Amino acid sequence: MFEWFRFSLSILPEFPRAIVLTIQLTLIGLAIGFCVGLLAAIARVYGGKFIRNLAIAYIEFFRGTPILVQLFVLYFGLPDLGISLSRLTAAYIALSLNSGAYQAEYIRGAIQAIGSGQMMAARAIGMSRLKAIWYIILPQALRLVIPPWSNEPIALMKTSAIVYLIAVPDLMTKAKEIIARTYNPIPTYITVALIYLVIVFFLTMILSYIERQVRIPGLEVEVQRT
Amino acid sequence: MSKIILKIEDIHKEYGHQEILKGISFDIKEGDTVVIIGPSGTGKSTLLRCINLLTKPTRGRIWLDEKEITAPGVDEDVVRRQIGMVFQDFLLFNHLTALDNVMIGLTKLLRMPAGKAKQRAMEVLENVGLINQCNQYPGQLSGGQKQRVAIARSLAMEPRIMLFDEPTSALDPELIGEVLEVMEKLVQKGMTMLVVTHEMGFAREAADRIIFIENGDIVEDGPPEKLFYSPQKERTREFLWKITELYGEKPQ
Repeated sequence: MFEWFRFSLSILPEFPRAIVLTIQLTLIGLAIGFCVGLLAAIARVYGGKFIRNLAIAYIEFFRGTPILVQLFVLYFGLPDLGISLSRLTAAYIALSLNSGAYQAEYIRGAIQAIGSGQMMAARAIGMSRLKAIWYIILPQALRLVIPPWSNEPIALMKTSAIVYLIAVPDLMTKAKEIIARTYNPIPTYITVALIYLVIVFFLTMILSYIERQVRIPGLEVEVQRT
Repeated sequence: MSKIILKIEDIHKEYGHQEILKGISFDIKEGDTVVIIGPSGTGKSTLLRCINLLTKPTRGRIWLDEKEITAPGVDEDVVRRQIGMVFQDFLLFNHLTALDNVMIGLTKLLRMPAGKAKQRAMEVLENVGLINQCNQYPGQLSGGQKQRVAIARSLAMEPRIMLFDEPTSALDPELIGEVLEVMEKLVQKGMTMLVVTHEMGFAREAADRIIFIENGDIVEDGPPEKLFYSPQKERTREFLWKITELYGEKPQ
């Protein structure tokens, strides 16, 4: 046990750059995924037949196929079509598009929970559909979506570990590298797992802080304690 | 003869094979209050939604201030700014304070500067007696207060006509009075109003005309005295008798 602990401490200084890259992959994937997901959700709820089906196709494709395949197709498959992406670009695109599909469904759920009445009231005072979505629907839906959506940053950060398969130097790649050098897999994996855990802990704190900051009386999903 | 603000002609509305409105025609003169009564499910709400174009009538034409608003190429968003609408379930914007609910149409649609918009919003809120609640969110208001904010939200746009879709039906009995009071004040100020309601007291006191609709058709249309005391149709008498008994005010 003590041996493990000492080993963990000895490899810790090797991780900072990998930690930064993992966080970067998560945040950028999350941010781009959010924009894509928001558009897809709006398209799915309010779009005409063609736009809606396009959104559904995107969502179902990226939720329905392994992200590993998506990543490999982007990195190893696209060069056949004359498009070469760097490792990091391929990783960003795969994580963004994959996360976007999941985020779209979270956001769609929240939009539908707001109900059609709010849209009708907005139209009744003379708002266009687009204005109603922007000023009335989204400010409410995005508040409502925070609790279920807060799964996504956590899930995405752990999913980002697969980029080690195309040798992007993230936490997981670093772990593999250390194992190859020290032949000490279990303590290394446990150390990496704990690092993920600590990052998730801080992420969760930030998210619940945001949730409290944007809270509006009477709009939150209430929890009745009895 | 005051001028006609709203004229509707032969409005039909079908959903699939079901005909909800079967050719409704009437017009409303400036400053008049017209009350629509009738059993539920007879197309009263659908009629109001057709008038402000929230749903498209299958057939028929509507004029607002002598301009046909059902004509092709009409900007519906601009038309709706001139027609206020108050819903049974208030439908306030839940993420905005009472003041912002009233202001948002002014700043985002009429492009009024914030200071001027706030001034007008406060005036309207004062008229409905809610100046002290202006910074509260809908979740913190009572049903009656919510409905008064909803009325203020419509009024702030300075509409040509106000439509009310059973504005007191979702309220606790003791909160109905405060909403009716605001509506009566509007009647006195000369606002043109079209009101769907079961409040027979309001209909009798405030209406210039009552239209009785059943099964998508006008059964009878006339001044309150005539409908209450000497209706032409037996069905009108029967309906009024039942509903006034239910709502506590018997016709003499």
